Amino acid sequence: MINVEEREGSAEPSPERPFLSIENLFVSFNTEDGVVRAIDGVSLSLERGRTLAVVGESGSGKSVTAQAIMGLVRSMGGHVSGEIWLDGQELNGLQPEEVQALRGSEMAMIFQDPMSSLHPFYRVGDQIVEAILAHRKIGKAAARKETLEMLKHVGIPAAERRIDAYPHQLSGGMRQRVMIGMALINSPQLLIADEPTTALDVTVQAQILELISTLKEEFGTTVILITHDLGIVADVADDVAVMYGGRLVEVGQTSTIYEAPEMPYTLGLLSSIPRMDRELPKRLDPIRGNPPSPINLPPGCVFQPRCNYSDRVANGACLSVRPELLPTAPGHLVRCHLPAEERQQISADVRRILAGAQR
Amino acid sequence: MTAAPHEILRVTDLRTYFPVRSRGLLPRVIGQVKAVDGVSLSLDSGETLGLVGESGSGKTTAARSILRLIKPTGGQIELEGVQIANLSQAALRPIRRKAQMIFQDPYNALNPRHTVGGIISAPFRIQGVEPPGGVKAAVQELMERVGLNPEHYNRYPNEFSGGQRQRIGVARAIALRPKLIVCDEPVSALDVSIQAQILNLLKDLQEEFGLAYLFVAHDLAVVRQISHRVAVMYLGHIVETATRPVMYSAPLHPYTHSLLSAVPVPDPRIQQTRERIMLQGDVPSPIDPPSGCVFRTRCFQAQERCAVEVPPLIEVVPEHKVACHFPITVDEVAARARAGKIEVPEAEEQMTGSVSGPHFVEPGPPHA
Amino acid sequence: MAGYIVRRTLGMVVLLVLLTLAVFVLFSLMPADPARLTCGKACSPQIIENNRHRLELDIPPVEQYQRFVSGIFFGRTYLADTKRPLECEAPCLGYSFLRNQEVLDLITKAAPVTFWLAIGGFVTWMTVGLVFGIVAALKRGRWQDRTVMGIALVGYSLPSFFIGLVLYFFVILFLHLLPNPQWKAGMPFKDLGGFVQTMLLPWITIATLNAAFYMRLTRNQVLEVFGEDYVRTARAKGLKERTVVVKHALRAGLTPIVTAAGLDLAYLLGGAIITENIFNLPGLGSLAIGSVIASDLPLISGITLIAATLIIVANLVVDLLYAVVDPRVRVG
Ligand SMILES: Nc1ncnc2c1ncn2[C@@H]1O[C@H](COP(=O)(O)OP(=O)(O)OP(=O)(O)O)[C@@H](O)[C@H]1O
Ligand SMILES: Nc1ncnc2c1ncn2[C@@H]1O[C@H](COP(=O)(O)OP(=O)(O)OP(=O)(O)O)[C@@H](O)[C@H]1O
Ligand code: SF4
Ligand SMILES: [Mg+2]
Ligand SMILES: [Mg+2]
Repeated sequence: MINVEEREGSAEPSPERPFLSIENLFVSFNTEDGVVRAIDGVSLSLERGRTLAVVGESGSGKSVTAQAIMGLVRSMGGHVSGEIWLDGQELNGLQPEEVQALRGSEMAMIFQDPMSSLHPFYRVGDQIVEAILAHRKIGKAAARKETLEMLKHVGIPAAERRIDAYPHQLSGGMRQRVMIGMALINSPQLLIADEPTTALDVTVQAQILELISTLKEEFGTTVILITHDLGIVADVADDVAVMYGGRLVEVGQTSTIYEAPEMPYTLGLLSSIPRMDRELPKRLDPIRGNPPSPINLPPGCVFQPRCNYSDRVANGACLSVRPELLPTAPGHLVRCHLPAEERQQISADVRRILAGAQR
Repeated sequence: MTAAPHEILRVTDLRTYFPVRSRGLLPRVIGQVKAVDGVSLSLDSGETLGLVGESGSGKTTAARSILRLIKPTGGQIELEGVQIANLSQAALRPIRRKAQMIFQDPYNALNPRHTVGGIISAPFRIQGVEPPGGVKAAVQELMERVGLNPEHYNRYPNEFSGGQRQRIGVARAIALRPKLIVCDEPVSALDVSIQAQILNLLKDLQEEFGLAYLFVAHDLAVVRQISHRVAVMYLGHIVETATRPVMYSAPLHPYTHSLLSAVPVPDPRIQQTRERIMLQGDVPSPIDPPSGCVFRTRCFQAQERCAVEVPPLIEVVPEHKVACHFPITVDEVAARARAGKIEVPEAEEQMTGSVSGPHFVEPGPPHA
Repeated sequence: MAGYIVRRTLGMVVLLVLLTLAVFVLFSLMPADPARLTCGKACSPQIIENNRHRLELDIPPVEQYQRFVSGIFFGRTYLADTKRPLECEAPCLGYSFLRNQEVLDLITKAAPVTFWLAIGGFVTWMTVGLVFGIVAALKRGRWQDRTVMGIALVGYSLPSFFIGLVLYFFVILFLHLLPNPQWKAGMPFKDLGGFVQTMLLPWITIATLNAAFYMRLTRNQVLEVFGEDYVRTARAKGLKERTVVVKHALRAGLTPIVTAAGLDLAYLLGGAIITENIFNLPGLGSLAIGSVIASDLPLISGITLIAATLIIVANLVVDLLYAVVDPRVRVG
């Protein structure tokens, strides 16, 4: 179950605080073109052991959110404010060395492109050994033994030999397995996977997703999966957070998001994708227009320029007032000015049209 | 405008091999990548043929060879009755206006130093065509048609988003009213909402001008949305072709079954109860493809015969061709899946260490 | 690997043969007549004829080339028909009749000067270039970065003859901070102090331009690897920032710089003409320019051959080095 606290951050660690809780996260970058507000007030929380999928279009701030949790934004030149509570500990206020000690042990991350994410000069085994030795005081031989076990565990055939291979000698799927093994080697509580299969073929993608699910069960890891593929979300996620223009626009359990989505953007996403499980529609029904520039966001609802329903909102509020992310049902939050009944009506209509293609 | 459908393209036994050279001052040819190895297909006006397959299966190479952007090693290419496989570049020039290409990467495919107007009007200049009413008017009409603001005639590509750049690419491709457009992953780099816009645009243009599309993509859902017929490629070979409904509901090749079952469906209820055929490993290196049937190392149907005998592409039912010794129906697959009998043979371990191929070839299943 | 080296070496030999051939052809096409040049004031057709014979210019060109090449391997004898034949032992690069010395002797005498000049300059510019470049990258956008880049821009826009002349005039002639540079045989092992005094300004002259170039190169290269995904992975693993910078970023970022620098060093070893001339150093550069002015063809071809060999060998070394450092680069 997911829930979002809208309250202003209180610094006290409270026992009832969920495993991961992000409160009022803001991230900005100063660029030549102006200030990029990559994350504009994101708050969300995640219970231990669950899988949260973060979906959204390119540039919506998915990766930056992940990097903020990992404490990697500052090294990229960004400014972070807000609170990130992981397992009762606030991360954003920690010293760099303290976050560094948590990175790779408490929380780990895998990235989109497994080729460029491994160092081309070092053997894959050594790169994993390095991750062990960064956090634990064990001998090199023991670390290597553990590495070999992990490589076998993530399904690398002939691991005894591949442990001494360089990244370029492995296929894309193998490299992503190595990345997963490296991320899990110190049994992290939280695993963030940033588009882990986008660069892979579907058949390999299926293998990697299966591997992540199995290992998650086995290690009891909490997972944040970033993706733009709604098929993958349906496959593995318990909860879904939809991002648009640097903020969350809809949050809920996976079944809710697929069966009763309310935010017009989520509806637009669902009607944009060509689907294999439905009768073919003659035409797709895409969201019109293009995503907003993060330097120059619209003043009201950031989705308004592309929204088909903003004219149904009284007083043109969509044009001038930023909507809040508010609960519409337990564990289901929506950021939209439309009244709840109106949204549900729209959602039902859209889903009927989508299903109409099914007959 | 759409005339009765007639054949636009016929490709027979197309082969494109790339030599693998050793490095150094005196490089030697030490092998061949058979990127496309005996591909045959045909395409009518107003029709879309989807060409799907995993990375490295040779889709791009096939597409580029058909347009003679790469010189094929062998085979025939007939474009509106003209054999073009062996024509010289000079002789190809007048034929090029009949066939255009749209590329995957909307960022690299456009010259950043040319204005949009300059880019879209390039085909007119190259072919020496003077459209009635002048080039500028024609270009602005094209921009309007693909959903760009004609007033942006003098802007540069970097002022446009990915989707808009792909529209520029489309406008350039249709400028000379070609008969055939080869689209190489035209929507793979785009967000889903933009992807749908471009797919709709391509569909509309096809209806309006009777265009034939050879649509290369790895996303099976996208291909389903736009194609009339589908061909599945694996390691340089077409392993199955059929009409779209047949391909998606009644495939026969084990690879097609696996491919379809690997695509995640955006519906948690379906997705979490679906029977999946999990293929093991990755595609083998095309430098050293498996003997016999190229798919056998990952195939749940493979038997001894597959290792020795190359399966020909045979028309088993009208309009449905399969290259497999042991084709299998959906029902049979489901029955076997229920019985828990879908297993991939433990393949012998192969490594490409002897040639300078980039990968270890992926052997049998992981012992997870 | 061994096979690769053999193949590359064979390639090198082919290249060198072509090179000697090219030098030789140019040599015979030259409008100046060497026989006349060596003739002196009281010239007569008879003397020219003798000279022509002495210089072995009266034999067919193909044979001249053969003698040149076989001289390198087996030595050769000039004026075999006279009473005092000139023995030139292998490896014989020819005989300079203008200077009355074997070409190889001339080169071996000049080589140490150039060698020390190049090494000193190289060490100076690499140290300055790498250190400042890395600092600028680590402090990107801050005053350190801007200062370094400003210095680089100035250094980059000053031609080396200008730097050399300014240093010479101010430091030596005007302020008398250093004595007039004078190279003595046996340096640097004899008279280390004099050696440093002599070489200091030449080193600075040579280093300035290159250091500016390498500062910029290093900064950009390091910044580029900082953006690489694998550096982000290293951070995500929880490695110490120092390990991330040194082991993951710098190792990958500096590899192409250090190896490419090998080539620059090789060019320099072929002679630094301007610097040597300004500071009056009798190195290969001065020798080369002198030989060109005097149309001393055996000397020109000898120096060309040596310089070319250096560069070709350096190329091979750099390629091998690269393959050793970067496992993706395969040789063979
Ligand atoms: N280092 C940076 N400097 C400046 N802007 C940045 C930086 N990193 C990210 N941004 C900006 O922040 C915004 C959010 O980026 P982010 O990478 O989180 O998007 P994303 O949702 O992960 O998209 P994608 O699907 O393309 O990965 C984008 O507009 C991006 O341009
Ligand atoms: N110019 C080339 N030289 C050598 N090999 C090549 C060349 N172009 C492609 N190949 C090889 O040919 C094979 C087929 O490549 P191709 O790009 O056609 O595949 P694809 O199906 O388009 O894959 P993707 O989905 O990754 O685009 C690959 O193994 C590739 O490495
Ligand atoms: S707030 Fe308005 S513009 Fe935004 S999604 Fe809701 S209806 Fe559309
Ligand atoms: Mg991202
Ligand atoms: Mg391709």
